[in-house]
Amino acid sequence: MRPLKIIVMAKQVPDTRNVGTDAMKPDGTVNRGKLPAIFNPDDLHALELALNIKDRVPGTTVTILTMGPQRAADIVREGYYRGADDGIMISDRRFGGADTLATSYTIAQAIKKMAPYDLILGGRQAIDGDTAQVGPQSADKLKIPQVTYVEEIVEINEDEIIAKRRLEKGVETVSSPFPCLMTVHGSSPECRSRIAKKVMQYKYARTNTELGSKNTDVALLDLHKKRPYLTIPEWGVEDIDADPDKIGLAGSPTKVKSVESIVLTANETKILSDSDADVEGMIKELIENHTIG
Amino acid sequence: MKSVFVYCEVENKKVAEISQELLSAGKRLAVKLGCPLEAMAFGTDLNGIEEQITPYGVDRIHLADDASLSPYRTLPHTALAKEILKKEAPQIVLFGATSVGRDLAPRLASALNCGLTADCTILDIGDHFVKKEKKEYKNLLYAIRPAFGGSIMANIINWDMHPQMATVREGVMKKEIFDKDYTAEVVKIDVDKIVTEDDLVVKILDRHIEESDVNLKEAPIIVAGGYGVGSKEGFDLLVELAGLLGGEVGGSRAAVDAGYIDHDRQIGQTGTTVRPKLYIAAGISGAVQHTAGMHDASMIISVNNDPDAPMNKLADYVIIGDLNEVIPKMIKYYKKNAK
Repeated sequence: MRPLKIIVMAKQVPDTRNVGTDAMKPDGTVNRGKLPAIFNPDDLHALELALNIKDRVPGTTVTILTMGPQRAADIVREGYYRGADDGIMISDRRFGGADTLATSYTIAQAIKKMAPYDLILGGRQAIDGDTAQVGPQSADKLKIPQVTYVEEIVEINEDEIIAKRRLEKGVETVSSPFPCLMTVHGSSPECRSRIAKKVMQYKYARTNTELGSKNTDVALLDLHKKRPYLTIPEWGVEDIDADPDKIGLAGSPTKVKSVESIVLTANETKILSDSDADVEGMIKELIENHTIG
Repeated sequence: MKSVFVYCEVENKKVAEISQELLSAGKRLAVKLGCPLEAMAFGTDLNGIEEQITPYGVDRIHLADDASLSPYRTLPHTALAKEILKKEAPQIVLFGATSVGRDLAPRLASALNCGLTADCTILDIGDHFVKKEKKEYKNLLYAIRPAFGGSIMANIINWDMHPQMATVREGVMKKEIFDKDYTAEVVKIDVDKIVTEDDLVVKILDRHIEESDVNLKEAPIIVAGGYGVGSKEGFDLLVELAGLLGGEVGGSRAAVDAGYIDHDRQIGQTGTTVRPKLYIAAGISGAVQHTAGMHDASMIISVNNDPDAPMNKLADYVIIGDLNEVIPKMIKYYKKNAK
């Protein structure tokens, strides 16, 4: 079997799953800035699937592709720590404010630059929006087939890849020719841990913008001269030949007209203790008004 | 022509529940706009399927009937929908936020270069003034959804790149027959002219569809647990209470993510929407992501050791305490007092 070239799309997201009290404002709304930035959980599953294929098909390379502000370079480093061979970061102020359509255009432009490739993998959805749209939209822009909700790669041969998909009400096994794009379901195996050797090797990986900050140590700059692989490529609008009308806010058909913070309203709340008398009292009321029983 | 379109999912010659709900939601929008409601249905052996669709007030049905169209595959369905929507240029298109709809709608949105809003909980019609253009756009779709972990409700609009598309979860919209004697024009699509060999490269080798035995939507009583339940074993208490009351057990997303309970029991914006007569929330803080799927319950009991949990504000009864002590007491006193 010939080696494959795999690209993993990964996103840095605010951790919206466990909003702690420190991230809650007094009015009960969430303070976004207080949420930790993490590797989108489904994207970690996609990385594992890619590394698993790399284990099975010798010579296969895995490139991690992320898009976001500078701090998203953490995603590329994390990918290296777990076994990715390469990393690329799409970052430019002008990409900001993009909805899923403009995002998929931007990502597809970057992927076109990375051609030829065999397989594009990404998480089913990102927890900051749960839309699950960027994968299929990117596949359309690349004019390649998509296989969504992948749980397992059953077989890979010269001509096709066979995958098991997790549907709402069942499973489906499908085959697709190369190249194709797959989105990976959270029911697939968890991502392997960091590899100590890789952490040592890549902990000084930086983008040029990161290196350019005033406080950068001279020793770090020297290290990057000696080991160019530590410099994470950073692609902006011109690097990927992006049409300015199709990126960022301008390229986004959906706009937020208004947002309303959620204020939950009480009808007439009875506050009870956990005492036997209180609990029994409530149960009796519910039985009397035929809610239960 | 201005119209509202609904993509109907068909499985085993039956129009899916979600699609029937969307037809009703689409009809309400079409009535507000004073425009026709149209449906698309693609599958195999669809003879007579229109009888399931027209009573929702559908004026035109676009039918594509071919052996290659069932079970659903992305590319042929995208090719057909793209062709129809380009020709008909509707204002609004609705899809179920299902395995099928969430696979098809984004690919189609990219192909048509238009906007798509996922998992809407409210659909409405309204105006928007664009300052930059000094122009008022009339009768736009308001696609309203909880956003950012459910801390806010966002109204998403799209005034310049049509159609305006949205997906909606099952159970969110109310299904209602518009007129059982309604009649529709049926437009048969010539599949061979649209679907090419290239659209058929992905092949389905095997398929198992399991009818889930979980029926949260119909349950009159739901006992739901959150992250606060703390473990898979902790849910046993909730199962016991639910069994006793003749209800079902559900969970918040945090409980599902933590592996305490199966994902088909998830309640909330990205799970099932429920309207039971009694909802018992045990150890659920009450993020809008969750409450979006249960706030229409007739009565809510919140059991939480945090007096400030947002869920408490929604509840009719709040019991401040450890659920591991409170739930056994509820079981005990129900057994004692029930006839």
